[in-house]
Amino acid sequence: MTRFIIMRLLQTFVALIGISILIFVMVRASGDPTMLFRTSMTTEEDIARIRANLGLDKSMPEQYWIFLTDLAQGDLGESLVKRRPVTDMIMERLPNTLSLALTSFFISMVVAFFLGVLGATRRDTFWDNGVKFLAILGQALPGFWVAIMAILVFSVYWQIFPPAGHGTPAHFVLPVTTMAFFLLPGMMRLVRSGMLDVLDSEYIKMARIKGLPERVVIWKHALRNALIAPLTAAGMIFAMLITGAVITEQVFNWPGIGRLAIEALFSRDFPVVQGIVLMVAATVLLINLFVDITYAYIDPQIRYQQM
Amino acid sequence: MDATRVMDWEKVGGGVRRKRIISRLTFTIPSAVLFILVVTAIFAPLLAPYPPDQIALLDRLMPPAFVEGGSTAHLLGTDLIGRDILSRVIYGARISLSVSLLVILITASIGTGLGIISGYLGGRTDAFLMRVTDISLAFPAILIALLFAAILGPSYWTVVLAISLLGWAPYARLIRGEALRLREADFVAQARIIGTSPGRIMVRHIFPNIMNPLIIMATLSVGFVILTEAALSYLGAGIPPPTASWGNMVSDGRNLIDTAWWISLFPGIAIGLVVLSGNFLGDWLRDKMDPRLRQI
Repeated sequence: MTRFIIMRLLQTFVALIGISILIFVMVRASGDPTMLFRTSMTTEEDIARIRANLGLDKSMPEQYWIFLTDLAQGDLGESLVKRRPVTDMIMERLPNTLSLALTSFFISMVVAFFLGVLGATRRDTFWDNGVKFLAILGQALPGFWVAIMAILVFSVYWQIFPPAGHGTPAHFVLPVTTMAFFLLPGMMRLVRSGMLDVLDSEYIKMARIKGLPERVVIWKHALRNALIAPLTAAGMIFAMLITGAVITEQVFNWPGIGRLAIEALFSRDFPVVQGIVLMVAATVLLINLFVDITYAYIDPQIRYQQM
Repeated sequence: MDATRVMDWEKVGGGVRRKRIISRLTFTIPSAVLFILVVTAIFAPLLAPYPPDQIALLDRLMPPAFVEGGSTAHLLGTDLIGRDILSRVIYGARISLSVSLLVILITASIGTGLGIISGYLGGRTDAFLMRVTDISLAFPAILIALLFAAILGPSYWTVVLAISLLGWAPYARLIRGEALRLREADFVAQARIIGTSPGRIMVRHIFPNIMNPLIIMATLSVGFVILTEAALSYLGAGIPPPTASWGNMVSDGRNLIDTAWWISLFPGIAIGLVVLSGNFLGDWLRDKMDPRLRQI
């Protein structure tokens, strides 16, 4: 087990280096950053000064080394527009994204479990078909459009909830609901297939033969084991959360990191976008590491297979 | 034969027939929608009543024809600067269709290549490629697209590149599983025994046998690509205005939602319809060609 963990840690580290090189090269290959500062009044000396200021006069490996050592210290560089450390800008916005994403995640998880169990236990009934229909619809309709239609109905027509902004509990309702709806189909599929697998297993048959009431079989024996299914897909769920947050924040003017990335995009402030991408990349790797280790812990076969 | 039995058989017969009708409908309706999409995209200049970016300031913010105050001159109404919504929806079909075809072509080729290599060669190559695939699967494509758009500026090719960069991963995952299974097949073993090179085995023997899952996967990803393109265009990281794409049309209507709901409504319905059709057709193909693949 220790060997397994060390191997995985090493792999994660190598992957992190790989991604940092990829992003470094991608940004440098796309053109001269000084272009962003150039006006008709800029002289050659100005440009040389800007280059020295940004550290662009050094050799490529040297530049990468500086980039990497800064990164290791949690320094993601400085915003070209706001002239502030990117790390500070992200940290300022991160709590807003977390509150939105985690609330939505929690709600969609609870609803997904309820509907998923309903669908799996009453197969091919009205309820199962209804759940399937909801999942199909949720998967086909674009999240940003559903959010705008929710604004139309609840803020413009009925005027119950504010259409945008952040601050009071009422501001939470529409963003959280639309984001939960966006997450729901994926979660429901996970729960439903996990539940069907579990219901098919030997120990559930055993529990039924033993004469346990169906209620206990489903909600106690089956559900506990079906809870593991979303763990395998933790990486995928994380990608869904980020995508959902970026879109929801943009629609509702929610001051989180997704909105920060889009603001930075419009002012061509690439260090900010790069910082957010790097942070997400690191999180993705850590989640993969965590899932692998948890899995190896639960199921010893994996440990030996992937040595 | 007693009466109850006859009744049971009739019941079963009815159920089967109903299933068959539903199955046929889940094929014909989505195919029809997608066919209409293709025709609309190809013949957009003939079908659209106006050029998509023709500005008519006198006709701005006209509601659709079926609402009070609307006129049949603009069936689905006009936007803030008087552009015809119907014409823009029709032209938007071109963007959605061409982006999804291009992306699917690129991602399917890369994913299939890597998947076959990974599954057939196995060992360290496989371990490495699957690690990369895992990371790619967990990486939100939307952020990569935002980064690309911030560096290169939003454009048609930025969108294609950004969606393709990670989009190959699900293909690689699926095809690798298939290649892994085929590697043990008798005909592959026989090819190996007579001394066929690994490259030739992969191209000549494995590739033709993974066509079914590949086609299913490609159909199922039409919806995903169209949704992603629309989301990127909505965020301003996709197709830049004034080119009409369904995503940026919905975005145009966001701030006018209290007065002109039709600007956002119709392109959204178009996206939903096409994505729904792609998903249904993919499901239908999967049930017909390869029911094993329930998980994708």
